[in-house]
Amino acid sequence: MVSFRGEIVAIKDLPLDEYVLKGHAACPGCPITIALRIALKALGKKTILVIPACCTAVIEALYPKTAFNVPILNIAFEASAAGASGVASALKMLQQKDITPVVWAGDGGSYDIGLQALSGALERGTNFIYVCYNNQMYSNTGIQRSGATPYGAWTTTTWTGKKERQKELAEIVMAHHIPYIATATIAYPEDLFNKMKKAKEIKGSRYIEILAPCPPGWRFDMSKTVEMSKLAVETGAWVLYEVVNGKMEFNGYSKRILEGKERKPVEEWLKMQGRFRHLKEEELAKIKEMLDEKWKEYKKLYSSETSPDK
Amino acid sequence: MKTAISYPTVGAMGKTGTWRVFRPSLDREKCIKCWRCWIFCPDSAISRDEYPVIDYEYCKGCGVCANECPVNAIEMGREEK
Repeated sequence: MVSFRGEIVAIKDLPLDEYVLKGHAACPGCPITIALRIALKALGKKTILVIPACCTAVIEALYPKTAFNVPILNIAFEASAAGASGVASALKMLQQKDITPVVWAGDGGSYDIGLQALSGALERGTNFIYVCYNNQMYSNTGIQRSGATPYGAWTTTTWTGKKERQKELAEIVMAHHIPYIATATIAYPEDLFNKMKKAKEIKGSRYIEILAPCPPGWRFDMSKTVEMSKLAVETGAWVLYEVVNGKMEFNGYSKRILEGKERKPVEEWLKMQGRFRHLKEEELAKIKEMLDEKWKEYKKLYSSETSPDK
Repeated sequence: MKTAISYPTVGAMGKTGTWRVFRPSLDREKCIKCWRCWIFCPDSAISRDEYPVIDYEYCKGCGVCANECPVNAIEMGREEK
């Protein structure tokens, strides 16, 4: 089924092409390969992936074989956006207008290590798509704390729970005034597909962030990956929106929450994860307070975007 | 000099089906063909025919398909052998 805006609204209509081949090296139940499968279905064969050091660099498998059926440039941790700038310039010189350079980086390579290269590339208006799949920790090296790890979460370097709040990279990116920013998650494949497709059609820098719940890192059963991602949206721990030329629009369940639907209690999401097992009452109260504060901000943004005088 | 390039291969890390502990099995009578198992399979191991087809050579047995099936048509049973 296709909606009036030309967006795909049913799973059965998604393309059959597979660019992530069977027999790759991901853990069972990995959210990254789900996200990458859907993303590449939207982007198609004419894509060059730029992958820094992250889980995906391992999932590709070892030389002389690769599990992804698109060209890949593997690059150092901090240089993914810079590398993609080079690819974009080369494509411009060769006049290959239909090939899209796509960075596929984790949250470590985007929030922390690759941030200055990302900021530079966005400021230059590089013609590329930057995808950050956010699993809220350095999963590949054995679950260390990153800038995206939420308050209270256990990692091997914050074993009594993280004491600081996570930062919001999408909002930092918003300050660069690029034409397209979106957040998505794997539990809504049509939404992710449509956002990827939309990003592909726009010229300039585009940024998409995907929440990817990591079973070994978040300490939950590997069969619950998609359920966890869906609960994150329903409890308000993750929000779905897109910003097209500075105009913000909330999507899916997040929009329904802003229209008055009750958010599910965040404990439902927290208690399914072993990384929040140690949480004390006051820490839980603080998490709830921070979440309420965040949603108050969203509410304000939502009402200012939808007010009739605009 | 030959450039070191990796080529796309099915089974780049070998037959990953050997990792499996629990085996998904589909009950065709219950299946409503919503294709949620197909889109959510992290290993691309479910393909679309008339009904979903599970490739046991590469299925890692994570159980996402069974967990996401709205009609519980996929059941996870312990691998015997």
